[in-house]
Amino acid sequence: MAVLEAPPRLHKKRPPSDRQEWGSPATYFIAFVFIALCLGPVVYIILGGFRDNSQITNSPAGFPDPWNFDNYAEVLASRTFWQQVGNSAIAGLATTIGVVVLGLMASFVLARYRFAGRGAMYSLFAAGLMFPMTVAITPLYILVRELGLMNSLAGVILPQIAFGLPVTIIILVPFLKAIPDEIEEAASIDGTSRLGFFFRMVVPLSLPGVVTTGILAFVASWNSYLLPLFILGDQATYTLPLGVQAFASQYSVDTAKVLAFTSLSMIPALIFFTLFERRIVGGLTGAVKG
Amino acid sequence: MTDQRPPRDTVEAGDGAHAASPAAPRPRRRAADWRKRLEIILLAGPAIVVFVSFVIFPVVLAGYYGFFRWKGFGPATDFVGFENYLIILQDSAFHDVLRHNGFILVLSLVIQGPIAIVLALLLNQKIRGRSIIRVLIFVPYIISEVIVGIGWGLMLQTSGSVNGVLESIGLGAFQKDWLSDPSIAIWSLMVIISWKYIGFAVILFLAGLQSIPDELFEAAAIDGASYWQIQRTITLPLLGPTLRIWAFLSIIGSLQLFDLVFIIWGQYVASTAGTSTMATYMVANGRTSGNFGYGSAVAVVMFLISLVIALIYQRFVLSRDTAGALTEGKK
Repeated sequence: MAVLEAPPRLHKKRPPSDRQEWGSPATYFIAFVFIALCLGPVVYIILGGFRDNSQITNSPAGFPDPWNFDNYAEVLASRTFWQQVGNSAIAGLATTIGVVVLGLMASFVLARYRFAGRGAMYSLFAAGLMFPMTVAITPLYILVRELGLMNSLAGVILPQIAFGLPVTIIILVPFLKAIPDEIEEAASIDGTSRLGFFFRMVVPLSLPGVVTTGILAFVASWNSYLLPLFILGDQATYTLPLGVQAFASQYSVDTAKVLAFTSLSMIPALIFFTLFERRIVGGLTGAVKG
Repeated sequence: MTDQRPPRDTVEAGDGAHAASPAAPRPRRRAADWRKRLEIILLAGPAIVVFVSFVIFPVVLAGYYGFFRWKGFGPATDFVGFENYLIILQDSAFHDVLRHNGFILVLSLVIQGPIAIVLALLLNQKIRGRSIIRVLIFVPYIISEVIVGIGWGLMLQTSGSVNGVLESIGLGAFQKDWLSDPSIAIWSLMVIISWKYIGFAVILFLAGLQSIPDELFEAAAIDGASYWQIQRTITLPLLGPTLRIWAFLSIIGSLQLFDLVFIIWGQYVASTAGTSTMATYMVANGRTSGNFGYGSAVAVVMFLISLVIALIYQRFVLSRDTAGALTEGKK
């Protein structure tokens, strides 16, 4: 806390024009401390996987000594882990495609058609933003069961598409509105229909927004826990979050292995995020600013 | 675009007479109008169908089953009126979860808001490596709740690394039972929540700061304003819309909190450790105990609480931001 109170004292004495120059060492120090706090637990999980249980018991916060690669090797050799990676990948990809395709089509209507009920339709989707899945999970479970989709990835994918639509639409609508009318007019003079315009112009032009929403949908699906917990009872259909938790309770004594399993399961989301960081952050802030 | 409306009115007016009407333009306009409607249905239809069936319909379904004592199989026949709701409102365990949710809601705003603003102001300076810093502080947000829960759960257990570090730096006296002592557990939860979500707040605020034109700062500096005067009179007011949206997302998130609590404390320990939330209460008393009628009623109560808070917030706070994404549809 003392660290976080430092910046006021630091800046008070500095003239405002200093903003344009390189920051002071104190700035770097505070940034470093903050990053260390952010990454500490992550590093603990990753390094813990390289230790063995007696090391962890003797010194809970120590470094691997010696480094032990068996935990990671065992997890990577297990069929369960790869099956769960596969399930998560299928659920993630199908959710992403569904959200992007349906979301782009609906956003196109909201952005470029004028019709009675357009405002109501936008409000309908925007309202969905206020109600994450938690509120609807019990009835959603009943509904999925009535549809006979229990223990199938489809039972997870369909609701995820539905709950992903509000964010997607709110990000994409301003994007599609920004496409100049002249392009549409030119296309219509050339004899292209509204639908032709959609497929030939809108889809390629909105690609950056589509990538943002697609990544958001994928990461949300990759990390989602509550819905799979309700829908997927069969071990063979487990996605990674369920698998990690099942593994953690099954091997609760084998802390090192749990940590190895846990760190391996976060790698895909981390890679994905690092690759597309700019788009995710840009998309989020774009959505917030409308 | 709006000029497409009058023709449609004429078409509708002349609907019955169109067979007798020899005028060429009318059927063509009518055809164009139908074509437009067909396109709208074709393009927006699938999204609306999926959204309504899996988002709106379940909430309605919960409203229906909330009036029944129902174990989840076969048709619900044991109609009990408002009995489920009476039980919920009188259940002291539910009062506890309400208190916990309220505590988490307020403390999330109070802890994360100021710290994130200070950090965002700090990182908004032209310092080296700003983009890599942005990536790194976002890492906790991108990791799943399950991993966060398992990692922090292991770190905070009595024989975990937090107590280990305290021991090794000579602060063994401060070792605590971080997770099961009811007077501490909810603070541990607040630390974990802050750790997980503060990066998101910082990133949002940074983006908000970057959209403020530099000229304003330069003009204020020329007028002799101090750094803190500038922050108070220019930065914070202009950051207002971002702050208000962030607070909204944070409030909704606090009301829905489930994953972290469920993973770290499980469904039964959470109530004795004082970290249970509305959502864990709903799962423990609904699905886990097989009382789907009761669980649905809890869902409805949660829904109403979130809805009322969201509407009040939108009405009194967000309505100030004319360009807010959430308010756009209502303009």
